[in-house]
Amino acid sequence: MNIVVLVKQVPDTWSERKLTDADHTLDRESADAVLDEINERAVEEALLLKEAHGGEVTVIAMGPGRATDAIRKALSMGADKAVHVSDDALHGSDVIATAKVLAKAIGTVEGFDLVIAGNEATDGRAGAIPAILAEILGLPQVTQLRKVTVEGTTVKGERETEEGVAHLEASLPAIVSVTEKINEPRYPSFKGIMAAKKKPVTTLTVADLGVDAGEVGLGGAWSGVIEASPKPPRSAGQRIDDEGVGGSKIAEYLVGQKLI
Amino acid sequence: MSTLDPASESSGITADLFATPERKELRATVRKFTEREVVPHLDDWERAGELPRDLHRAAAKVGLLGIGFAEEVGGSGGDLLDSVVMTEEIIQAGGSSGLVAGLFTHGIALPHIVDAGDPGLVDRFVRPTLAGDLIGALAITEPDGGSDVAALRTTAVRDGDDYVVNGTKTFITSGARADFVTTAVRTGGPGYGGVSLLVVDRGIEVVRRLEKMGWHCSDTAELSFVDTRVPAANLVGPENGGFALVMRQFQVERITMAVEAYATAQRCLDLTLAYVRTRETFGKPLVKRQLVSHKLVEMAQRTELARTYTREVAAMIADGRECVAQVCFAKNAAVAACDFVVDEAVQLHGGFGYLRDAEVERHYRDARILGIGGGTTEVMAELAARRLGYTS
Ligand SMILES: Cc1cc2nc3c(=O)[nH]c(=O)nc-3n(C[C@H](O)[C@H](O)[C@H](O)COP(=O)(O)OP(=O)(O)OC[C@H]3O[C@@H](n4cnc5c(N)ncnc54)[C@H](O)[C@@H]3O)c2cc1C
Ligand SMILES: Cc1cc2nc3c(=O)[nH]c(=O)nc-3n(C[C@H](O)[C@H](O)[C@H](O)COP(=O)(O)OP(=O)(O)OC[C@H]3O[C@@H](n4cnc5c(N)ncnc54)[C@H](O)[C@@H]3O)c2cc1C
Repeated sequence: MNIVVLVKQVPDTWSERKLTDADHTLDRESADAVLDEINERAVEEALLLKEAHGGEVTVIAMGPGRATDAIRKALSMGADKAVHVSDDALHGSDVIATAKVLAKAIGTVEGFDLVIAGNEATDGRAGAIPAILAEILGLPQVTQLRKVTVEGTTVKGERETEEGVAHLEASLPAIVSVTEKINEPRYPSFKGIMAAKKKPVTTLTVADLGVDAGEVGLGGAWSGVIEASPKPPRSAGQRIDDEGVGGSKIAEYLVGQKLI
Repeated sequence: MSTLDPASESSGITADLFATPERKELRATVRKFTEREVVPHLDDWERAGELPRDLHRAAAKVGLLGIGFAEEVGGSGGDLLDSVVMTEEIIQAGGSSGLVAGLFTHGIALPHIVDAGDPGLVDRFVRPTLAGDLIGALAITEPDGGSDVAALRTTAVRDGDDYVVNGTKTFITSGARADFVTTAVRTGGPGYGGVSLLVVDRGIEVVRRLEKMGWHCSDTAELSFVDTRVPAANLVGPENGGFALVMRQFQVERITMAVEAYATAQRCLDLTLAYVRTRETFGKPLVKRQLVSHKLVEMAQRTELARTYTREVAAMIADGRECVAQVCFAKNAAVAACDFVVDEAVQLHGGFGYLRDAEVERHYRDARILGIGGGTTEVMAELAARRLGYTS
């Protein structure tokens, strides 16, 4: 079974994340860049499926030069090869442009059976790429899964929502997205780290993929950020001393905030 | 979470060697391993007085046990610099020098066997140990003396296809758990020319477990051999050629202890910095006192100097350069830095620093062995003096 995993490099949630003043895109210098944790889980799931069914795992990332670090991490975990779409023209791409490019990149992987994405990137948080991709590629989508299995040419999954658990299935090839409940990702072994050096990474530009540079990047975006300001520091809060009526004072406060 | 260790970001010329993309990845793996498999259990292991075998298997699974050993002998590849990164990060992520001593005892028990190259011994001892299935120890020190290796008294007398071993070894790390012990024995006349290395894999009698100031999670034993018959095939290298094998491996053991020393210092600095930033006295966090911040600078400075020099010497060893005196400098300098830093760390933690709950308290006790084991500070100075010709 040939599996494609979409991996995104994101600013570390623990470091300070900022937008640049110039064009309100992510200030990549200000934060450590890491492989998005949800994508570590996506890679893990692909590796588990490969261990069960055989085949090959290809990771695809769209991002600037340093996204190679995120790719290397995925290869160190055990993915077999990678496609890195890197092009200055992509700077500032919106969700639709990202999906168009990823769709073309997926098309370069011969005979793929399954595409695995995270349900939502920790930075952009659109949670839309998997669905848009399914639309562009004309493939079934099985999203927000906490469990994935493949039986023959069918992918089955469990989607957990507040309403309950839905059991879904689709025929391959298909696109799935996974949530943080899916698994606990392995950490790369030393051998895996050393082996990653020798695994093939194909670097492609927008032109290589036959995408018009005018459709992507800041210029091609359908929406734009007009203004951004940091969230205000948290105010001190209100202190209630319990002199026997603490409970009802807290209730009063919550009613005042329209919380109860 | 990003690491507190400024070294991983420092951009010195030697530091770059330790920050290749692969070594950064290795550091991240080691940190995760330590946080998941070690930190939650370390207190229990300290109380139990030893490490569980499962930990060896878990470390083997991620390839950590095999770092620095060639794949041909069951290792994971990599070189001394990879081992340095691993040792640093285990300690800096919340492990300890005691844990390193107990989990990586094979780092001193196996290299002679690998060096000597006998495929039978490699299959019987090296591979299963690197897979986490066997535990090995190195026994050189005897009750009558440790520093003077050439004077050791344990004997091995050839009898048919066997050696018959008699003697006592003490202070042996992982000795209570060991499945085999790479043992320095006397097969010939007095002095270094009569010393051989023999793998004793049966009849190892644990006289007693030794209770120690620190390194509690690392079991240490006194072992005795009484007419213990060991197959002659267990001889490592040529008969009476053991002394050179032992001395060659001391280089790596000593540089590793230097790494343990500065990594312990770095960890204690990190812990202390976090503590003085939150601990308030007389209405201000401790860190706002100039006395305190300058003390932190001195801790950082000594740690950084020890790290930079030790890494440089490790790179020299990995490159095959002659550096016996430099290894002595590195060990002594790193131990001195560590002694200073762990002491100040406890001091800046105040009364809490003296309690078992404080991690710095453990490092303070653990650190004391670093200037004694693997060649004492005095023996290092003597060796360097001879190497440099400062004796006449
Ligand atoms: C600072 C900042 C500013 C932005 N400004 C705008 C804006 O002005 N207008 C606008 O429309 N959008 C904007 N975006 C959104 C940005 O375009 C999206 O981050 C990007 O298009 C992908 O969407 P997402 O990360 O939210 O994807 P999601 O749909 O949340 O991602 C789900 C999964 O899709 C896959 N995936 C997503 N991106 C990639 C990738 N690059 N390579 C490989 N796999 C991937 C991963 O598997 C991921 O887990 C901004 C984002 C940021 C961080
Ligand atoms: C926790 C722990 C773990 C250990 N693990 C192992 C192990 O796994 N395997 C093993 O073989 N050994 C092990 N050792 C032993 C260790 O290597 C020895 O303790 C060390 O080499 C010192 O030897 P000694 O204890 O006999 O001290 P001695 O040689 O008796 O030295 C006593 C003091 O005299 C000083 N001294 C000695 N000779 C001179 C000189 N010529 N000039 C000036 N001063 C001198 C020493 O520096 C020291 O301060 C371990 C020890 C400990 C405590």
